[in-house]
Amino acid sequence: MQSFTYEKAGSVEKAAGSSGKFIAGGTTLVDLMKMGVEAPTALVDISGLPLGQIETLPNGGLMIGAMVRNSDVANHATVAAHYAVLSEALLSGASPQLRNMATTGGNLLQRTRCPYFRDPSAGGCNKRMPGSGCSAIEGHHRMMAVLGTSDKCIATHPSDMCVALTALEAVIHIQGTGSNGNGGKRTVAIGDFYKLPGDTPHVENSLEPGELITHVELPPPAKGGKQVYVKLRDRASYEFALSSAAVVAVVEGGHIKSIRVAMGGVGTRPWRSHEAEAALVGKAANAVTFRAAAEAALKGAKPLPENGFKVELAKRCVARALKMATA
Amino acid sequence: MAMGMDAAGGLGKDIIGAAVSRIDGPLKTTGTAHYTADFHFASMAHAVPVQSTIASGRIKRIDLSVAEKMPGVLLVLHYGNMDRLYRVVPNDFSATTSEARPPFEDERIYHWGQFVALVVGETLEQATAAARAVTVEYETKAASLKPSLSDYQGKRKSVSKRGEVDKAFSNAAVKIDQNYITPVETHNPIEMHATVAQWEGDKVTLYETSQGVWNHRLAMAQVLGLPRENVQVITKFLGSGFGGKLFPWPHSALAAVAARRIQRPVKLSLSRKMMFTNVGHRPRCEQQIKIGATAEGKLVALRQDYLNHTSFIDDIDEGCGEATPYLYSVPNLEVTSALVQRNTGTPSPMRGPGAVPGLFAMESAMDELAIALKIDPVELRLRNEPVKDEGTGQEFSSRHLKECLETGKQKFGWEKRTAAVGSMRRDGKILGWGMAAASWGAYRFGASATVELCADGRVCVRSATQDVGTGTYTVLAQVMHEKTGVPFDRIDVIIGDTNLPEGAMSGGSWATASALPAISGAAANAIKTLMQMAVSTSGSAFLDKDPATLELSQGRVHVSGQSPSTGIPFEDVVKLARLSGITGEGKTIPTSDDPKAKDLSLHSYAAQFVEVEWEPEIARLRVSRVVTVVDVGRIINLKAATNQILGAVVMGIGMGLLEQTNYEQRTGQPINGNMADYLMATCADSPRIDVTFLNHPDLALNEYGARGVGEIGLAGVAPAITAAVYHATGVRVRQIPVRIEDLLKSDVREA
Repeated sequence: MQSFTYEKAGSVEKAAGSSGKFIAGGTTLVDLMKMGVEAPTALVDISGLPLGQIETLPNGGLMIGAMVRNSDVANHATVAAHYAVLSEALLSGASPQLRNMATTGGNLLQRTRCPYFRDPSAGGCNKRMPGSGCSAIEGHHRMMAVLGTSDKCIATHPSDMCVALTALEAVIHIQGTGSNGNGGKRTVAIGDFYKLPGDTPHVENSLEPGELITHVELPPPAKGGKQVYVKLRDRASYEFALSSAAVVAVVEGGHIKSIRVAMGGVGTRPWRSHEAEAALVGKAANAVTFRAAAEAALKGAKPLPENGFKVELAKRCVARALKMATA
Repeated sequence: MAMGMDAAGGLGKDIIGAAVSRIDGPLKTTGTAHYTADFHFASMAHAVPVQSTIASGRIKRIDLSVAEKMPGVLLVLHYGNMDRLYRVVPNDFSATTSEARPPFEDERIYHWGQFVALVVGETLEQATAAARAVTVEYETKAASLKPSLSDYQGKRKSVSKRGEVDKAFSNAAVKIDQNYITPVETHNPIEMHATVAQWEGDKVTLYETSQGVWNHRLAMAQVLGLPRENVQVITKFLGSGFGGKLFPWPHSALAAVAARRIQRPVKLSLSRKMMFTNVGHRPRCEQQIKIGATAEGKLVALRQDYLNHTSFIDDIDEGCGEATPYLYSVPNLEVTSALVQRNTGTPSPMRGPGAVPGLFAMESAMDELAIALKIDPVELRLRNEPVKDEGTGQEFSSRHLKECLETGKQKFGWEKRTAAVGSMRRDGKILGWGMAAASWGAYRFGASATVELCADGRVCVRSATQDVGTGTYTVLAQVMHEKTGVPFDRIDVIIGDTNLPEGAMSGGSWATASALPAISGAAANAIKTLMQMAVSTSGSAFLDKDPATLELSQGRVHVSGQSPSTGIPFEDVVKLARLSGITGEGKTIPTSDDPKAKDLSLHSYAAQFVEVEWEPEIARLRVSRVVTVVDVGRIINLKAATNQILGAVVMGIGMGLLEQTNYEQRTGQPINGNMADYLMATCADSPRIDVTFLNHPDLALNEYGARGVGEIGLAGVAPAITAAVYHATGVRVRQIPVRIEDLLKSDVREA
């Protein structure tokens, strides 16, 4: 039997630098341990750390503790009123039971749903076991990514929350072991947090060993902006996105003043589309513009036989989100 | 089991057909109902199977050196050290197993996930860990895994034939000739299969997740080589089965052998992942349908050639032609079948086996024919209503398909339908309206029961049937109440145990129809004896009266025509006679042996009307409304029956739009073998569903006229959905489920 130690973290500072795996809501990690994907020798339970608050910042932004549950973020009055895209994204994901357990920090580190990653008996997976090959490329890959893929990995980043955070340009606060002159604290913009799979798909983000996510900071909401999350999937609930889009838009006089576009379900990481944004800023908010932006967003797509439909679906998804966010 | 319940005390005879809450509901909602995996015994050990990681070949070597030394490991079974097991007689339906091959019979591998070893440990965790440490070396053979069956060139069996179908088809004015494909679907009852085996000397008790405890006992007695009286099978509650739990699967024998070997009780509970490999599935079916009709829409030819896959160890014919010969009037018809072997587990019946995939093909073709003829699809069905079963020549016992169609049409508002694709709109969405007709066989199997009128005032009904979760406990209690007037809190329904009189299997929609005559007859016989005692026991108020002048109602014996309050509680009669109870026995004769039923065509019917909403802008399609009209004879419990139909319709939405098991082509593993990736309809996918029962008693089945409601609600839903999808999108989907990939081909643009 795979035995492991379990300890409750005493403080944020003490937890950082731990060689064990942090466990919060456990909705990903426990699953993967049961399936034989993860086999940690030590678990450090961070659910008792004082990271469970949502606070308004002096600049009008919001600081969300890493331990705040997904349901609490989604239903928080300020989030619902000023960061609707985040609230909508969270509520479109998983099930109420999972959202009640899953945390903000944990969701940032959610692992892919690729079946070859999740089930060691299903075949090789470079993300699970570097060098073992990618079984999805020639296998079952309907749910896989069309953007940001490599010949080593085509796994989709599964999170809805992170797509919204990408459109909101969230900043991730991290506690390390303290040699950087700032007590080990540092911040990373969400756009710089996730790595493309390239040749090292097992390296998914810029966290160093032992670093702990403590907070997610949301910049002040854009004045006069509108936020929308659209999620498309086969069934109406409890399914990962085939394609999703988060849009934060400010429109003045029928023209798009500022816009941020992020996509889910199609990329190997939460996918910010600067290409779509460039095609939108300053343009009239109409169907032609939206479609052109959607085309730009998917220009670099590399579809495979089973997931080719995602390219067109994602375009329709982006166009719909743009239409709603600029209406 | 004693049933404390809201006393349906006052309903009397009106309880038949009433909407009665399940008497076992509170046990389930409070978590106090003991399902099979809830049985725990002192010193019980846990068994975990090891599954094959290849789809075809043989085991060269099993290395147990690590596993056997791991903490808590008590035993590892495999083909090299397995106890002798036996097969059952093929095609002998008195004792059936799901797979002909007993587990670990030899070293051969027929499908991915096949059990190759069984680890028994002190705890579930220890057994799980050790099972992972078992190393198996294989000699791999090329596996046959291709989903498509279309390259089959072998023989076909003619299942039903009349007239000259090919000639009639070639001469027909209007023709449809298409292929329809239904996928592998996996039964996913919420309760996983489990066995808890406990030996006492040479007798074994098997706590099972079984839809048929009686068959399970006879089959396991044969498999284990035991006299039948040495095997007891108990299933107190089931978290449903959908046909997957009809007959024993290999894990049952594995648990029994393991428990015998270690001389301790053993629990073996399958994982959800194993539900996709070791306990059956609905096989993939490919059906070519040829329909020829006159320009007026009268069918002249109907040919159905179907293939379904099966495993390499069992020949399972899905029976897609079940409904074809009798649903419509057509002079020239042939149905043929053939099986194609694949390296998957053995298929098994799944809710509405045969008819449900068969009707997807036939009703889809009927919809296409209606479009080709420019005739309303309801009208096309009405024009081809037969007067008798043209497959067998028999009269119908009770057929009201026309009324189903006409009632459904009216309830759905079908007359507002405009035929052109994409022509109907609402709230910025495009609407699609589709419909299908459906049928399902009606059966009554042999059963027996006893009813005891006890001295303590309780009424006990006993039969070795079981409640699959749909209301058998309640239906039996209703009949006891109807016959005695005793309130529910004094009625005990005792089922799910082979120590009881032989009862019917819960499958094929026949459990109720089969149980009713036996329990009703048992009650009548008990009451007859009660009256005899009332008129013959000294000190009785009814001494020397004619027993025919007495009646039992509201739990009291009284003179017929007088108020029950003038009589005495029935238990006073029992006590006065110094009896512990008065027992009556009853029997059900199968329809096949019943001169009044065996020459009739016994079937249920339904009409399904479906509305879908289509948003082309985002390629989103959802079912928004279903009207289902069902002809299943008389309803015994309106609430339980409605639940059955609602659940079946939701399952039909899953069949039409979501469900399919995908086998990884290199390994044979079901790649979506879990509840997140195998998509079933959720509550959010379930629209408004309007259920209507015609409630025409079919007295060929039993005195109440009840047929059965388990399957019919699913039949016809999928083709009604694809008809609605075509109406909304212009895309004809002949291979379900309908996927977004298909819908993106639609030319219908924004509403």
